[in-house]
Amino acid sequence: MDIANNAAPEPVKKNAEPALYAETKIVQPRAVKGRFRNFKWWAMILLLGVYHLGPLLRWDRGAGAPDQAILVDMAGRRAYFFNIEIWPQEVYYLTGILALSAIMLFLISALAGRIWCGFACWQTVYTDLFVAVERLIIGDRPKRLALQRQPWTGAKLAKKVTVWAIWLVIAASCGIGFTLYFGDAFEMLRDFFTLNASSAVYGTVAVVGGFCFLLAGWGREQVCIYMCPYSRFQAAMFDEHSLIISYEAWRGEPRGAARKDQSFEGRGHCVDCNLCVQVCPTGIDIRKGTQLDCIGCGLCIDACDSIMDRYGLPRGLISYDSTFNLEARAKGEKAKLKLVRARTVVYAAVVAVIGAAISFSLGTRKDIEINVLHERSPLFVQLSDGSIRNGYTYKVLNMVRKDREFTLAVTGLDGATLEVVGDDAGEGPQVELDVKGDEVGTFRVYVSAPAASTDGKATPMTFVLTEKSEGHQIQSNTVFAGPDR
Amino acid sequence: MASIEKDSVSGQMTTGHEWDGIKELNTPLPKWWVWVFWATVIWSIGYWVVMPTWPTISDYSRGMLNYSSRANLGDDLKAQQASRAKFTAMLAATPLEEVSKNKDLLNFALTGGKIAFGENCSACHAAGGVGVAGAYPTLADDEWIWGGTLADIQQTISHGVRNEDPDSRQSEMPVFGTGDPLDKAQLDQLADYVVSLAAKAPAAGSPGEAIFVERCSACHAEDGSGTAALGAPALNNNLWLWKANAKQSNKDVVLAQVTAPKHGSMPTWAGRLDAATIKMLAVYVHSLGGGK
Repeated sequence: MDIANNAAPEPVKKNAEPALYAETKIVQPRAVKGRFRNFKWWAMILLLGVYHLGPLLRWDRGAGAPDQAILVDMAGRRAYFFNIEIWPQEVYYLTGILALSAIMLFLISALAGRIWCGFACWQTVYTDLFVAVERLIIGDRPKRLALQRQPWTGAKLAKKVTVWAIWLVIAASCGIGFTLYFGDAFEMLRDFFTLNASSAVYGTVAVVGGFCFLLAGWGREQVCIYMCPYSRFQAAMFDEHSLIISYEAWRGEPRGAARKDQSFEGRGHCVDCNLCVQVCPTGIDIRKGTQLDCIGCGLCIDACDSIMDRYGLPRGLISYDSTFNLEARAKGEKAKLKLVRARTVVYAAVVAVIGAAISFSLGTRKDIEINVLHERSPLFVQLSDGSIRNGYTYKVLNMVRKDREFTLAVTGLDGATLEVVGDDAGEGPQVELDVKGDEVGTFRVYVSAPAASTDGKATPMTFVLTEKSEGHQIQSNTVFAGPDR
Repeated sequence: MASIEKDSVSGQMTTGHEWDGIKELNTPLPKWWVWVFWATVIWSIGYWVVMPTWPTISDYSRGMLNYSSRANLGDDLKAQQASRAKFTAMLAATPLEEVSKNKDLLNFALTGGKIAFGENCSACHAAGGVGVAGAYPTLADDEWIWGGTLADIQQTISHGVRNEDPDSRQSEMPVFGTGDPLDKAQLDQLADYVVSLAAKAPAAGSPGEAIFVERCSACHAEDGSGTAALGAPALNNNLWLWKANAKQSNKDVVLAQVTAPKHGSMPTWAGRLDAATIKMLAVYVHSLGGGK
């Protein structure tokens, strides 16, 4: 694909010191209008809207529970998402969601290239917004380039400071928006602006906002090229049917400047206006083919289409297309979109499996969980009447916000009696357990049985917890230890 | 060394290094990356100034913030003690028998008792009070040598067993069989009777029974149920304090204890542990399963 560099190797100055560090070229993207630009604006509005409005949404969970729809309550060790309430031991849902996100990213990359990078990534969204601020205060690319070359004067400083101030406001709102997911949003907002919030809140806003300011203000495409690993492994996701930003070299070359009414007979359609390079937010020349710096935003397509329209040439010299179609068109064959491929089917299947697993698990999520821990020191105790006693730590995780009453008994062990340590009710064939709403009830339970009921070292035994009001039973299998026989 | 040239495929310059015909492309690092590196170096210098960093011969550089994780630990411990103060006071004010009525206080006592037990008691009585067969009694079963009520347990922990403390538990199992009217045959009969007692099938009317009633029942009671006040253990069950392993026959255990009695002892803890800790220990040991 490389057109520019097919010259023979040219020796440079002999034994010259190689330059080990490259100057950072500041990219000043030019404004452009078109389909992709519009899509980018709408994506920005949608994403920032969801991000900032998310923590403000309310969801009634009854008295004593937070009413914020999306909340990660670190101190209370709960995460809330509308009607879902996640306890710490269910953090595997997070693993599931991360795995799902990764595979979905692979799928979308295999199908349609880096549209995540081009439209949805926060780095893209905030960089785009920051550039829009520069454009508003200083002007479009030529004015910004001119200002960049100017010596530092009062006027330049005034413009720059204005830009930085607006950036700072946006960055601060980014940091605040993030922080609001970790506490009651309205309370936190009030405390934040009345200077009553905790240092953790101000610290988080400073760190998240500070990085937003640095990465969107100064990092920009450097983040995508040098920091983000995604560009480095995109080649593994793409195949010849993946849609990427592509330049139809067969139609564009040989390129050259053109007058408006000239004939394009015997030459390429590319008029070498360089607009595709000027609008690129990472400052690359897409005519060199796809490269890791390309974030797939499609702004060069908008730019090129506007030029093609002006010359009355067909659009799509730069287009969202696959390398397969590019070659097919070059040979005059029919281009076709092939979405169903082994790669995409496998990715989609993995997405479906993980998604189904998460949905199933959430759908059948119980409002109660039992943990039974057989005490190991001692494994068992022989009592004076010849019977054997085992100790268990029996935990009832009551994951609803109402107090519940249970009875606990055992099966599989004849003549077994139970006793809860610290409970005055004493010993009996069953014991009563009361658990408060949204709490973990921890009980030390002694189970005693005549030696004749045991099978020696380990007798299988089942705890049966019965909810008094509903008669609903939960069984937990465990073992009852005894002396070897 | 080859000359630096432009690579025809990538358009990049080479570094001028060549190995076996393979030339290295020069991909320069962006300069800002180098600045970030220097920024971290400068940060580290600032860190030396404000944080403790360098060891000196007898001390270390303290840093302007005077940060010390040891001092932080001290503060944390103080804060923790302050947060416990409410329960410590409540524990001191609550009679031992009433601790279990307040679930939070009980939880506090059990947690503190468990830690104190692990530090002070488990060396002999083992984790969970399981004891050591033939040496140290089990605290998790329902047999008690010196009584299993909360008050008994508190007394035993406070003053120990058979030590110099005037308040410690004292008693002595006399020696039979040496210069004593009991001859070898009588000892044998006695041992047989005690074994039958433990199997809950006492050989009524046997010569052993007569010897037991005459010689042993003063302390161990006629039915063999023992006397906690004298530290005379119950003999009418299958729990054997001095049986070191399952191979030893019950009769041998009885004979050994009658002819050459062993006496367990336990140190006094009143001077070493404060009253609150002993209270927590009593509640914890009581909860191990045998509490009366």
